[in-house]
Amino acid sequence: MSTVSEHIRPAAVAGGPDQGLSPAQLAAKYGLSVSGARPSLPAYVRQLWSRRHFIVAYATARLTAMYTKAKLGQLWQVMTPLLNCAVYYLIFGILLQTGKHTPHFVQFLCIGVFIFTFTQNAVMAGTRSIADNLGLVRALHFPRACLPISFTIIQLQQLLFSMIVLLGIVLFANLPMASWALVLPILILQFVFNAGLALALARVGAKVTDTAQLMPFILRTWMYASGVMFNIANIHVPAWSKTLLDVNPIAVYIDLMRFALLGSVHSDVLPPHVWAWAVGWAVVVGLGGFVYFWKAEEEYGRG
Amino acid sequence: MAEATTGTAGARTADADRLVEQHIPTVVVDGLHVVYRVHGAGSGKGSATSALSRIVSKRRAPSIREVHAVRGVSFIAYKGESIGLIGSNGSGKSTLLKAVAGLLPAERGSVFTHGQPSLLGVNAALMNDLTGERNVILGGLAMGMSQDEIRERYQSIVDFSGINEKGDFISLPMRTYSSGMAARLRFSIAAAKSHDVLMIDEALATGDARFQRRSEERIRELRKEAGTVFLVSHNNKSIRDTCNRVIWLEKGELIMDGPTDEVIKAYEKENKR
Repeated sequence: MSTVSEHIRPAAVAGGPDQGLSPAQLAAKYGLSVSGARPSLPAYVRQLWSRRHFIVAYATARLTAMYTKAKLGQLWQVMTPLLNCAVYYLIFGILLQTGKHTPHFVQFLCIGVFIFTFTQNAVMAGTRSIADNLGLVRALHFPRACLPISFTIIQLQQLLFSMIVLLGIVLFANLPMASWALVLPILILQFVFNAGLALALARVGAKVTDTAQLMPFILRTWMYASGVMFNIANIHVPAWSKTLLDVNPIAVYIDLMRFALLGSVHSDVLPPHVWAWAVGWAVVVGLGGFVYFWKAEEEYGRG
Repeated sequence: MAEATTGTAGARTADADRLVEQHIPTVVVDGLHVVYRVHGAGSGKGSATSALSRIVSKRRAPSIREVHAVRGVSFIAYKGESIGLIGSNGSGKSTLLKAVAGLLPAERGSVFTHGQPSLLGVNAALMNDLTGERNVILGGLAMGMSQDEIRERYQSIVDFSGINEKGDFISLPMRTYSSGMAARLRFSIAAAKSHDVLMIDEALATGDARFQRRSEERIRELRKEAGTVFLVSHNNKSIRDTCNRVIWLEKGELIMDGPTDEVIKAYEKENKR
């Protein structure tokens, strides 16, 4: 029988048969792993895949919660884009009568605005996704990439409602065409691009909290460079500037979407290699953003 | 050896004692330091002129302050142990748990664990604007349960919370619940999953007396299923009832680590002064 005092172990010195082992040796002997260590990239992808239901459920829950206090509830998902279109129609279609060189200017404008808004909101939400959800990050275990991806899905869901409205107003310009089927691949490519960007900026935003304040200015610059409200094909600028405007990822996705939906936009006005750019941007930014985010996986939560 | 620890009695089982005797480590904490960086804590951050003068004079922004919450803590936890963490408010107990769970990165030192330690708590994932029903599903998914697991346990979670005892409340948004009801549902969701290393942060003090009894029972069950349990509490009685070892923290430093009775006695003596 031993006395009680024997039970007071000096801190972090192994008892029993393991006396004399250092903490690291002891951990190795019993197969303990470092807590909160960053998993390898393939393991990380597997973990993320196993959390896919959480990612979607979290996005849907956020979206549902967004309109839960409004009397019209989920109807706002459709009302918001509809009202946006109405505003543009009022200003540009009736008051200013702009877009004489661009047929179906209101549809042209709405496509630009909706596609740009998708990237804009995904980037903004992505930037704040870690910093604004520190409580969640500090309470539960999950691959942190769930958050930026989830916020991008929220924006995708909102865009899908906008697309329904958009198809409705495009019907005023032309009847459905075979090229409408291209909408799906374009949205997938833009989603991958947006997710990558949201992931990269989530890491930046988690470390440098001022990023969220700076982003609106960068995004506004980007909007004017993306031909949201004007037709890049119609403007006269130096060649280098034209090339830059043509390969701008958002401009690429907007061009493609206009080409897919509007009969008045023909393939000959599209910049050269536009599909290659669309795929390239999605792959490079999507993968790059994911790897960049994963590299700091163990650091999120310090705040 | 076994008799020596009977002084701490409580709810421990003989099985757990035998496990402790085998000295199989589940958590090894070695010289752990945790530092929080707090933005916007400095004086004058709100005033634009002072921010400008800082930029002009190139002084380092005082707005980032470091809080050294855990300072060089080391211990080894073994399978079958149930460890209480005590100390005054702000002594670093919760921070230590989060660092062991791998949720807060270590500044220096290291934490080795067997499997994935889990904190009992799911509050952050729940949304007040959603119905109780959707929160059960969302909380379960957030804790890493599969959809089938949640479907299987859904009814038992709702029954355990007792939310539906006074009518169909589970289909109402959580913001309509009383604070007691919401706390009961949160605990029920959090306690639905079993873990290798379980950490409980003052979760016992929720709900009415009947629910508290039920949740203490559930925690004892979880302890049986888990390899090692950590419990943070200011209630010395619940620590005495459930723990066989206590770690006493003060200002982020480990003051004492040993059998429950000795440490609690020393702690109470210190606090009487």
